[in-house]
Amino acid sequence: MSQTTADVPGLIPEGMELPPARKGERALARRRRLAAYLLLFPGGLYLVIGFVVPLIIIVITSLSSGGGLFSTGGATTFTWEFSNYSTAFSEHWQIYVRSVMFAGIATVICIGLAYPMAYWIAFYGGKWKATLFMLILVPFFVSFVIRTVQWNFILGTNGLLFGPLKNLGLLSEDFRVLKTPVAVIAGITYNYMPFAALPLYVALERIDRRLVEAAKDLYASKPMAFRKVVLPLSVPGIFAAVILTFVPATGDYINSVILGGGGPGTTMIGVLIQSYFLVQHEYPIAAALSVILMVSMLVLAIAYARVLGTEDDTIAAAAA
Amino acid sequence: MSTAVAPDVVSIPDSPAVRRPKKRWTRFILPVFTIGMIVYLAFPVFVMILYSFNIVENRQVPEFTCCTLHWWRNIAAIPELNDALVTSVAIGLLTATAATILGTFVGLVLGRYSFRGRGATNFVIFLAIAVPEIVLGSSLLAMFVQLNSTKPVGLTAALGFGTILFSHIAFSIAFVAITVRARVQGLDLTLEEAAQDLYANPRAAFFKVTFPLILPGIVAGFLLAFVLSLDDFVITNFVNGTRNTFPTWVYGVQKLGFPVQVNVWGTVLFTVGVAIAAIQVVRTRRSVSPS
Repeated sequence: MSQTTADVPGLIPEGMELPPARKGERALARRRRLAAYLLLFPGGLYLVIGFVVPLIIIVITSLSSGGGLFSTGGATTFTWEFSNYSTAFSEHWQIYVRSVMFAGIATVICIGLAYPMAYWIAFYGGKWKATLFMLILVPFFVSFVIRTVQWNFILGTNGLLFGPLKNLGLLSEDFRVLKTPVAVIAGITYNYMPFAALPLYVALERIDRRLVEAAKDLYASKPMAFRKVVLPLSVPGIFAAVILTFVPATGDYINSVILGGGGPGTTMIGVLIQSYFLVQHEYPIAAALSVILMVSMLVLAIAYARVLGTEDDTIAAAAA
Repeated sequence: MSTAVAPDVVSIPDSPAVRRPKKRWTRFILPVFTIGMIVYLAFPVFVMILYSFNIVENRQVPEFTCCTLHWWRNIAAIPELNDALVTSVAIGLLTATAATILGTFVGLVLGRYSFRGRGATNFVIFLAIAVPEIVLGSSLLAMFVQLNSTKPVGLTAALGFGTILFSHIAFSIAFVAITVRARVQGLDLTLEEAAQDLYANPRAAFFKVTFPLILPGIVAGFLLAFVLSLDDFVITNFVNGTRNTFPTWVYGVQKLGFPVQVNVWGTVLFTVGVAIAAIQVVRTRRSVSPS
């Protein structure tokens, strides 16, 4: 309720509105608009140079020829080289499919694990709610690489987890998880868990408890009340969780490299882009691979923005 | 039909007796599951801290022999690791400062003013957060490569400290902007009007009323930018050349097994992070809530 006195009809009589203020107001509005552009300028300029221009350049690079290990400093020439895209796609479509599959499986597991947890904390956490949820986020204060390196250490072939089991004879000697797709998916699931948990928790926490009670008063059983009231109301949270987990997981690089370690069937699109760029210096192909990933992820992100708006606070809450 | 009904009929007599203890038992599924999840999420952190006290030669091994403070005493024994940490902290602080100044203005404008281009600006900020890191990293590298090879504006950008800093600021601005924007949108604008009614000039009204109210958003944005910069691996790995930050250094050594100091530093940074977060939580609870 933030009404100014001027907004309240009838509080100030018509004639009371000070006439000279009108002219001053218009000048003020113009000055405010000018101030807006002036304040926006430095940050906006930086965003253009540091974000928009690079994206344009990568699109240009993806339509160029040249590059490669023996080129001079990676110089490329713009030639409308659409063949980069067909080469990138025909040679590597399996890796795209694999990235989407790994990210998809990890997203489903993330939400499957995070939903019941977020539900219980939001509905039954009581005064411990905030503390419990903090406990979930705290491990992620450790940097991404260190966390993944620790899992690499834990899941090692004769490591912390499997070493003792092997000594007891519960696992065969050649059993291993590292360098398999399972390790990569497990790593992605672990590392992106907060991206699923946060929007789910925010959405579930917002649900009006009285609606659930009303459903029960109307003779809905507990599972029925959940299915008919809680679940539909938490759909925006599920949607946000899918986007926030799936998009970065598809482009994931660290889990694939550290936990996949180049094992068969573990290479994801991020690793491929990185290797084309930094190892083989095939910039046009690398750029084409990047643009394909970017466009497909942006379609998802924009669909999300269309549904929930770019100013929705689930993303802001998740980012903070 | 009759065959389908039969099992129900049979189960009816003992169902009340069976159902009650069953219900009591199922009550514990969710809490136990949640505790299990908390343990699972914390497990690698627990291992990291525990193994910083491990008695080993120099590389980390799965056998845990309790306990030594050797690694904590020799926390700074690896010069390359120290250099990487100094680089990370320096870039983190510079990034956070620059991104906070630039991003705060953007967030303030987006939260307060309506102007032509507002939607476009919101969209760019949304994109900057939504684009996969690998794409942003490769795009920035493509730009630096173009600058260095064809010199279209007569500028060169040798890969190293400068390019890392430039890239980190680029991706942090958007995060600061949305943090500040959220805070500004929650503000009661009548407070500033009230100050002006009480004969404060616009500048005084801003600095005495508005600024203190959005300050928690600015501080949160600064911390977020610092953490994002400190943690970043993917983008840094594209634009760093031969310069290492803490994550890229750890990544470089992990293939051969990593020195125990990695666990020690990981624990130190973790503790500092948790402490700062705790202070933030307490402070935001004490300060005026925005809504």
